[in-house]
Amino acid sequence: MIQILFMFFAALALGSAINVLVQKHVLYSSLSLIVLLTSVSALFVLLQAEFLAVINVIVYAGAIMVLFVFVIMLLNLPADEERADRLRWLKLVGIPMGLFLLLMIGRTVWRVAASPTAPEIGGTAQAIGASLFTDYILPFELTSLLILIALMGAVVFAKKDL
Amino acid sequence: MIEYFSSREFLLMLVKMIVIFGGVMTALAYTTYVERRLMAFVQMRPGPNRVGPMGLLQPLADGAKFLLKEQIVPANANVLLYYLAPIVSMIPALLSFSVIPFGPDLKIADTNVSLLFIFAITSLGVYGIVLGGWASNSKYPLMGAMRATAQMLSYELSLTLSVVGVLMIANTLSLNSIVLSQQGTWFGFIPRWNIFLQPFGFIIYVLSGIAETNRLPFDLAESEQELVAGWHTEYSGMKFAMFFLAEYANMVTVSALATIMFLGGWNGPMFGPWWLQMALPTVWFVLKISGFLFVYMLIRATIPRFRYDQLMKFGWKVLLPIALANIVLTSFFVAIS
Repeated sequence: MIQILFMFFAALALGSAINVLVQKHVLYSSLSLIVLLTSVSALFVLLQAEFLAVINVIVYAGAIMVLFVFVIMLLNLPADEERADRLRWLKLVGIPMGLFLLLMIGRTVWRVAASPTAPEIGGTAQAIGASLFTDYILPFELTSLLILIALMGAVVFAKKDL
Repeated sequence: MIEYFSSREFLLMLVKMIVIFGGVMTALAYTTYVERRLMAFVQMRPGPNRVGPMGLLQPLADGAKFLLKEQIVPANANVLLYYLAPIVSMIPALLSFSVIPFGPDLKIADTNVSLLFIFAITSLGVYGIVLGGWASNSKYPLMGAMRATAQMLSYELSLTLSVVGVLMIANTLSLNSIVLSQQGTWFGFIPRWNIFLQPFGFIIYVLSGIAETNRLPFDLAESEQELVAGWHTEYSGMKFAMFFLAEYANMVTVSALATIMFLGGWNGPMFGPWWLQMALPTVWFVLKISGFLFVYMLIRATIPRFRYDQLMKFGWKVLLPIALANIVLTSFFVAIS
């Protein structure tokens, strides 16, 4: 049963990931990205990492992508037309960069042993909370500081005369 | 594979799903009827009273009418997204019922993140509104969709923050455990419901719940005097009915969550023979939800609509700070006790 579900959601994730790149219209691309995020969340559930799955949907599919779709629709962007020639040299850079990325991913996959489920501690909200506030307290606090700075920056940009 | 589909727990699960799904769908159909009758009584008119005794068969007539209506698609609409939008708003609305405990045993799934699951699923419902408004290719739906998105994103914050106090007291994210933690009484007569520990959280939750479901006095997204009918202006027939049902399903979900978080879920006095004892928790749960829905409808019938800037100010400058202060206060008390 789990095998069938895994196959289904893995295929859905890959298919929508390819669709993100292939689609000409930016709205379709972002909608495929939402499908991709949701199916990755389903894969997390199959790995018994429910908390991660739910947070993935809340933060990315439910909040960030809504803003993306919102802005795309607000600006009513037309479908992508053929880009100008000056972007052609980017392709030459893109191919080696893409190959390098693929190599790095392959190396990581090669080195990490596959495990059928998440490790014992992972998954639950308690475990993640505990490790965030003990082992990873410094990165956690630094990240929150970063978010606070970004927030203040957004306010400064939005309000010209403070 | 075949063993799994013929196993006892799978069949039991199937029966539960059919009971909950059938019950919820019937309840949704009759909520529309009750709302129309109740609004009519408040406004001193009879309301729908012709189909069946007291108009009780009105939902059936409505359903048949929705099915038989002509399918209209606006000329320059994006047909794919236009058809997809009602489905996208309907599925999340119904999916959240899969983790709500209707009774000690009457629940489909109980994960240790049920509450977050509901928040995640309902946050996906925004896409139905956004896509519906955009795909219609018409200005009023687009305005309505933009208002709805901004409103739902803003009020989602205070809705989520308002229940953090309850989570700190119950120390769990599983809805079933939250209900179980509210069993028993104080001094023998006050039920141990979280509403007495978290009055501010409760008020914030109810207010943002109304805004989150786009109901009056926060129904700026479909304010008919300005925007015809908001994001579903161009929809008719069954597609409109799906938007409509999704809205009512969200209302029931918000009420059910309020009941679970603040009013003790299916807890209530138990008496009578065993068959009554089995049915009573679900009866209490449904009664509490009905109470919430009743208040929702009365509010809709009596209070005028906010202005849009008032709505945004209220969400960000009143509800959000109070919700945050409530969290700080609650964590203080949880820490010293």
